[in-house]
Amino acid sequence: MPRFPLLPALALLLLLCIAPLVFYPIFLIKLLCFALFAAAFHLLLGYVGLLSFGHAAFFGTGAYMSAQALARWNLAPELALLFAVAMSAALGAVIGFLAVRRQGIYFAMITLALGQMVYFIYLQAPFTGGEDGIRGITPGHFLGVVDLADPLALYFTVLALTVLAFALVWRIVQSPFGMILEAIRENEPRAISLGYNPTLYKLAAFTFSAGLAGLAGGLKAMSFQIATLVDVTWQMSGEVVLMTLVGGIGTFLGPVVGAFIIGGLEQFLARSTLPAPVILGAAFILCVMLFRKGVAGTARSLVQAWAQRRSTPNTPETDPTNRTDK
Amino acid sequence: MTFKPITTAALIAGTALSPLPAFAGPDAIKVGLLMDMTGNYSDVAGQGSVTAAEMAVEDFGGTVLGKPIEVVHADMQNKVDIATSIAREWFDVEAVDAIVDSNMSSAGLAVSEIAVEKDRLMIMNISGSPRFTNESCNPNTIHYVYDTYALATSTGKAVVRGGGDKWFFVTVDYTFGHDFQAQAEDAVASEGGETIGSVLVPLNAGDYSSALIQAQSSDANVIAFATAGADTSNAIKQAAEFGIGQGDDRQLAGLLVYINEIDALGLETAQGMLLTSAFYWDLDEETRAFSNRYMEKMGKMPNMSQAGVYSSTMHYLKAVEAAGTEDHAAVMAKMKEMPINDFFVKDGYIREDGRMMRDMYLFRVKSPDQSTGPWDYYEKVATISADDAFTPVSESRCYLLKEQN
Repeated sequence: MPRFPLLPALALLLLLCIAPLVFYPIFLIKLLCFALFAAAFHLLLGYVGLLSFGHAAFFGTGAYMSAQALARWNLAPELALLFAVAMSAALGAVIGFLAVRRQGIYFAMITLALGQMVYFIYLQAPFTGGEDGIRGITPGHFLGVVDLADPLALYFTVLALTVLAFALVWRIVQSPFGMILEAIRENEPRAISLGYNPTLYKLAAFTFSAGLAGLAGGLKAMSFQIATLVDVTWQMSGEVVLMTLVGGIGTFLGPVVGAFIIGGLEQFLARSTLPAPVILGAAFILCVMLFRKGVAGTARSLVQAWAQRRSTPNTPETDPTNRTDK
Repeated sequence: MTFKPITTAALIAGTALSPLPAFAGPDAIKVGLLMDMTGNYSDVAGQGSVTAAEMAVEDFGGTVLGKPIEVVHADMQNKVDIATSIAREWFDVEAVDAIVDSNMSSAGLAVSEIAVEKDRLMIMNISGSPRFTNESCNPNTIHYVYDTYALATSTGKAVVRGGGDKWFFVTVDYTFGHDFQAQAEDAVASEGGETIGSVLVPLNAGDYSSALIQAQSSDANVIAFATAGADTSNAIKQAAEFGIGQGDDRQLAGLLVYINEIDALGLETAQGMLLTSAFYWDLDEETRAFSNRYMEKMGKMPNMSQAGVYSSTMHYLKAVEAAGTEDHAAVMAKMKEMPINDFFVKDGYIREDGRMMRDMYLFRVKSPDQSTGPWDYYEKVATISADDAFTPVSESRCYLLKEQN
């Protein structure tokens, strides 16, 4: 079993708890939503080996559905989020059903095409308000007690839900189900010969990932009190690929690191005179050229190399991709 | 009970933070702009709008009520979340008094709601959504330059008055385009013209040939584009390739066209097209004086929204001075009370719903022979009075006007 990256995770959580002392809570919420979105995407890319290029469809669906539920139906926030997750997962099941039979570039293209289709549906559907978006969201009280109008209360609610979602992801990838997903990634014919039906497993993973992306989108709409077309564009799908690659594929915390780097850069560059798209592009190229394993992956390799040099026994093996299940 | 470090840390962090730190006291008057500085809209807004705001502050004298005036801006990268999170931070942490423009109607509408929540002011110059002064109107927001209703209505009425009475619409297929076309159709009908056909094109379609052939084969004498941005540019380019509107007796009408787009298309392509704008740099001595100063800084002429940023920022600062306080409700009351007279607008006033009422102009794009040089692009065809152009009070969907009725 790979060990849970306990120390980095705890350090990260502690940092996130004191971060509002330094940073504006709404900005931190955005980072958390992106981290969750990247984790959803990474679940497919890192553990099943499927590169979905249409994940913004689920993120955006989550955002629109929670916005609809909060602004028009006045549902409680927890119900609105559940609704967002359910609808995104349902959409994920439909798109997944069409996409998981194909592999590699064909899978990516099918998800991109279906993602664009979803974009145009939201563009034209009357309830989304076209380019004006759904606004007028009052987040209300979470579970009837936490007043989400207070930015700090909102932040800690989103943080708690994000941590729960990450715990769930960890639980899933470590479960027998997660093992089979990895087996399918490593050698699909062999998984078939062992009696597993890869299509079903991939579809389940795809649906779960879509639901998680929907949660991220729902949280974002709830926190920013708006759902717009930006969340459904293919650029958003591209951004999550960027976050995951910068963070590091195959590392549990990689998507978090990547989302924080990209989201943080975007916000920082907004206030500077530097051209944001150019800097982000350059960061991506640098990352691909120099840190193929991403920031988290490279950091882990460095720590492992250091630990090995000290030739401590029981070197913690935390890399799920380097594991040998032979 | 076991010790829970995370819960404890969260609680400590939570209690320590209740009042957010304020870095800037209320000893400066700050105006902010949330602009797309690098993307698709950086030419029509972007640095140009920031420069216009800075010029207004400079011309005002740099201080008001004995406090320095500061212009802040951010690159919102066409992302609503960046725009809204920066707007909140500006209001909460940096004590920004007014946001004087934001790209994208979705971001603008969201920022306008944040302005209400935080009791600050929002002035919209670049976006044209009629929602700002209808369903989403509020006492803290001013819509200064134009809206799509005014553009569609002005173009519709003025073109029919000029003889173009059979209309064919090429419309981008989503809410924006549908509304745009419906408003123009109403205006055309009100002047006795008729709509004889229309075709929907998807957003960012790129290829308009089939739509244009349909338009060409109809016996319309006006082909109107209910589109925006790159869609309009592409459609006009392809129309020129088909020879539509050049040499035949058809006229092209762009419902939403910025002068920057004409500059990019070139007069060869865009000549003869009709369009409505709130401002043109070469209208009179005053517009030329401002525009030439702007030209020296930016290397291009200001469009209606950039000139609007200057005018609205100036009007805001004058209102702060007249009110003698930065209290936002008092300043807004002054803004609505004082008439606006500058190079940008004559006898303009801000209606209770936040709509700045001003005359609009119908222009025809000059041919290359008529033009004397760069930026000499428009010839004024008609003036449409404010009451003719903007949503009448009786049709308003704004609760602030309903209370008056």
